[in-house]
Amino acid sequence: MSEFEPKIVAFVCNWCTYAGADLTGTSRIKYATNVRIVRFPCTGRIDYMLILKAFGEGADGVIVSGCHPNDCHYTSGNFHARRRWIVFRGLLDFMGIDIRRIQFSWVSAAEGAKWADLVNTTVSTIRELGPYSDYKKVANYFENVVAHG
Amino acid sequence: MDELRNRAKELLESNTVQLIIGYEQGNGNKTRAVFIEKPDHVSKLIFDSRCIQNLAVYLTKAEVKKKGKPAIVAPVPVLRSIIQLAAENQLTNSSLVVLGITPDSKLIEFKKLEEIENFLEQFKIEIEARDKEILEKLDQMTPEERWKFWIDELSPCFKCYACRAACPLCYCTRCTVDDNQPQWVPVASHQLGNLEWHIMRAMHLAGRCTDCGACADACPIAIPLNLLTKKMMEDMKGYFGGYKPSLKSGNLMSTFKPDDKETFIH
Repeated sequence: MSEFEPKIVAFVCNWCTYAGADLTGTSRIKYATNVRIVRFPCTGRIDYMLILKAFGEGADGVIVSGCHPNDCHYTSGNFHARRRWIVFRGLLDFMGIDIRRIQFSWVSAAEGAKWADLVNTTVSTIRELGPYSDYKKVANYFENVVAHG
Repeated sequence: MDELRNRAKELLESNTVQLIIGYEQGNGNKTRAVFIEKPDHVSKLIFDSRCIQNLAVYLTKAEVKKKGKPAIVAPVPVLRSIIQLAAENQLTNSSLVVLGITPDSKLIEFKKLEEIENFLEQFKIEIEARDKEILEKLDQMTPEERWKFWIDELSPCFKCYACRAACPLCYCTRCTVDDNQPQWVPVASHQLGNLEWHIMRAMHLAGRCTDCGACADACPIAIPLNLLTKKMMEDMKGYFGGYKPSLKSGNLMSTFKPDDKETFIH
C-alpha cells in the first residue's frame, strides 16, 4: 500500500493569508502539495458548517487562517471569527471530534514563509494521525448501512 | 390563580390586549398552552409546577401576532427568553403585556422590559449540579469515548425538529436546515445529518441560549441535547465572562473584545 497522503482543505481570507500564500509561491518556497486553498472575503465569512462539510467530503485536516488581530480589512471580521472559533472548537472537542485536525492560524500577506511552515507542520501532524476514518465512517453511512424493510 | 384570572379578564375586557397566552389543563396530568381571546374563557388559566413549557416561543409566530397584542403568563425561564428576544429586536415594550410569575407563584405584572431585566438580577442562570456532574464526566472521557457517546446518543434522532419548534430563540422563518441550495444538512436522518444538525443548532444558540431546557423536554426520544448548549455556556463563562440575557450588552457572539484570549491560534 502506498503511503497515506493527507487531504487538507485551507479556508483563508482574501486579504492576508491568500496573499501570503501567493507570496510563498512568488518567493519560490517549496511546501507540501496536500493543501487545497479556498478563498474567502474575510475570516468572518468562514462559516463553521464549511469546516464540517470539508470533513464530511473526505478531508483529513482543515486549516483556517486570516489576518492577524487588528489587521482585518473589514476592521473586525477576524475578531468575530475568533470568538466563533473559540466556541466552535470547544463544542467539537466536547462532541469528540478530533480538534488536532483543525489548525487555526494568523498569516499576514508578508508571511510567505510562515504559510509554508504552517502547511508543512499541519501535513506532518495529519500524516501521523492518519486518515480521519471515524468521521468518514459516519459520512459514508449509506455505504455501510444495511437497510431493513 | 384567581389573581391571574382576574387580571387576564380585566386586560381582555379593557381591550388592552386581544390575546392571553397561558397554561391550561391538558390530557392526563399534563398542562398545555392555551390562547384565550374571550374574557369568559379565562377560567381555563392555571399555573402550577407542571407548567414548564416555554410560552415565549409563541410570541414570534405570525399566527399569534395576527391576533393582536398578547399578554403572556411568564415564569422565570419565559422572562429570560422575553429579554433575549427583546435584545434581538423581536419584542418591544409596546408589543406585549407580561404577567410574570415569581418562583413562589405570585403574580407580578411588568410594565417595562427593563423591569423584567432588573427582576431577573436575583435569578442568575446556574447550571444544575446534576448536569455539571455529567459535563465533568464527559470532559474526563477520551475524545474517542465522547465521539462514541454522541454518535450513539444522536443516532436515534429522526429529525422531527421538535427541539427547534420548542425553542423561543429559533424564530427564523427560514431555517438553514430547510435550505436546499446548497443543502447544508442532509435531509435523511442518518448519522452525518444528525451530527451536523445538532452542531448547527447548538452553534446558532451560542451566546443566546437562556438554558430554559425546552428543547430537551420536547425531544420525543430524550436526547440530552441541551448538554451541548450548557457546555457552551460553561465555556463562555471562562472566555467571555458568562452569559445573561441583557437588553444593553448585545449577544456574546455578535460582540467581541480586541483582547479575547485563546490558546490555539498560532
